Amino acid sequence: MQVIKRDLVIIGGGPAGLAAAISARKNGLKDILLIERDKILGGILNQCIHDGFGLHTFREALTGPEYAQRYIDEFHKLGIEVMLETIVLSLDNNRQISVSSKEGFVKIQAGAVILSMGCRERTAGAISLPGTRPSGVYTAGAAQNFINLQNKQIGNRVVILGSGDIGLIMARRMTLEGATVAAVFELLPTPSGLARNVQQCLNDYDIPLFLSTSVFELHGTDRLTGVTVASVDETFQMIESTKRFVPCDTLLLSVGLIPENELSLGAGVNLEATTSGATVDDTYMTSVPGIFSCGNVLHVHDLVDHVSEEAALVGQSAVRYVTQKTVRDSASIPIEAKQDVRYVLPQTVSGKTDFTVSLRVTRPMANGVVMIKDKGRKVAGKKIVRLHPAEMIRVKVKAKNIETAEKLEVSVQC
Amino acid sequence: MLKKELVCIVCPNGCQVEALIEETPALKVLEVSGCTCDKGIAWVEQEIVNPMRTIASSIVVEQGDFELVSVRTDTAIPLGKIFEVMDIIQHKRVKAPVTIGDRLIENPAGVPCHIIATRNVGVQP
Repeated sequence: MQVIKRDLVIIGGGPAGLAAAISARKNGLKDILLIERDKILGGILNQCIHDGFGLHTFREALTGPEYAQRYIDEFHKLGIEVMLETIVLSLDNNRQISVSSKEGFVKIQAGAVILSMGCRERTAGAISLPGTRPSGVYTAGAAQNFINLQNKQIGNRVVILGSGDIGLIMARRMTLEGATVAAVFELLPTPSGLARNVQQCLNDYDIPLFLSTSVFELHGTDRLTGVTVASVDETFQMIESTKRFVPCDTLLLSVGLIPENELSLGAGVNLEATTSGATVDDTYMTSVPGIFSCGNVLHVHDLVDHVSEEAALVGQSAVRYVTQKTVRDSASIPIEAKQDVRYVLPQTVSGKTDFTVSLRVTRPMANGVVMIKDKGRKVAGKKIVRLHPAEMIRVKVKAKNIETAEKLEVSVQC
Repeated sequence: MLKKELVCIVCPNGCQVEALIEETPALKVLEVSGCTCDKGIAWVEQEIVNPMRTIASSIVVEQGDFELVSVRTDTAIPLGKIFEVMDIIQHKRVKAPVTIGDRLIENPAGVPCHIIATRNVGVQP
């Protein structure tokens, strides 16, 4: 069998893959191939037709398709090779890739690989939702695809479980399309999505949001007829006396995203329990030499601007790996999440270059300082007025401050 | 005088803002606190007097390689006008090709804005 060779193969043509490819080309690499399973580039941005993308990158509020098109145009202008409607079947730890393409089965040997497959949604099964299994139960993103790309109406009276951003955006979208959104229920005591989305997607349309409340049973045989909801106590146990029936024909689930790492696992890439994404160093190389990861497959982002920025850095790292044949900068300084920090990324750094730590906090807090310390010595810090688990925090660290560091610890001090 | 708490929607920071408002003789913002940028202050002043929103939707395309072209208002419109504008968007049909930025509807429902395409749609092959 013929094996195609490419210096760099990028798996996934969403915002991360596009930005990584563009960056790799701009850093001088010619032999790049991007593989995308859809018919078009742009990934999930194609169905995110609301505005608010690109405020950091372009200083204007673009819609998803507009944001994607800027990258797609640049990608094509640079003449980067792409295989569309092509699905990667496997990737091994020597960076050999098997794909099913329009031309059939193809094997590709890559000098370096960038994983940018994105994430997928948690489903009714993933959250063990009790009750019957009627039609009318969708993940919010699937509903978004039906409505925004396929021109299909999916229901008239809608209940949304989970207050993640996609759920909030869909509450507004379905309202604008003429459906009635009865309520949004959130298990946690605080909204999971951005505060601005609670305002402009729910409050603007008088859609009630019930916190510390969840769906406990689905009803209906053919089509959903309603859901049983109830409040929960501090340990998330149902409070029996608060059980009530809410009639609806549609339930949208916005209950979290899971990085799509099946290919990464096949290649032997180490995953982190907290992010469900790869363990990476400050070049975003995974535990397998020459395999890099960025975007939502690495950790779920809330802003696409951050995805593009991260992916551009990864494109640059991959070029350095291919051209300099560097095995790995001895990334020997671990970074650990401490007090009130749920995760940090990267998980190890070399200490030789400046880098940015991405992190999420465990709970909402006010007037905190994110502190990065080496044996009690402050190496970086950032004052933040409102800290929320829904909002990724990024803190820059200067290499000169960690030259002698052995271990970095990230915590929040209020 | 009245105090009103708002969440600024200008950017993802979502600043929690407090506005001190005078209701008579006319609605007027006296003081804004909690904003971290000038855009936010301008937004709060507008929000109290007449809330404005950008809306996004899609329009059916005939003979396109996509069934729908996504669209948005090219400027923010009064919150109270959204459903009138949506009604016009829902009944509109356009022919492919469509290019990002194309003006598909001018001044819907008399609102001083245009509905522009946010996706390229080619002709059906």
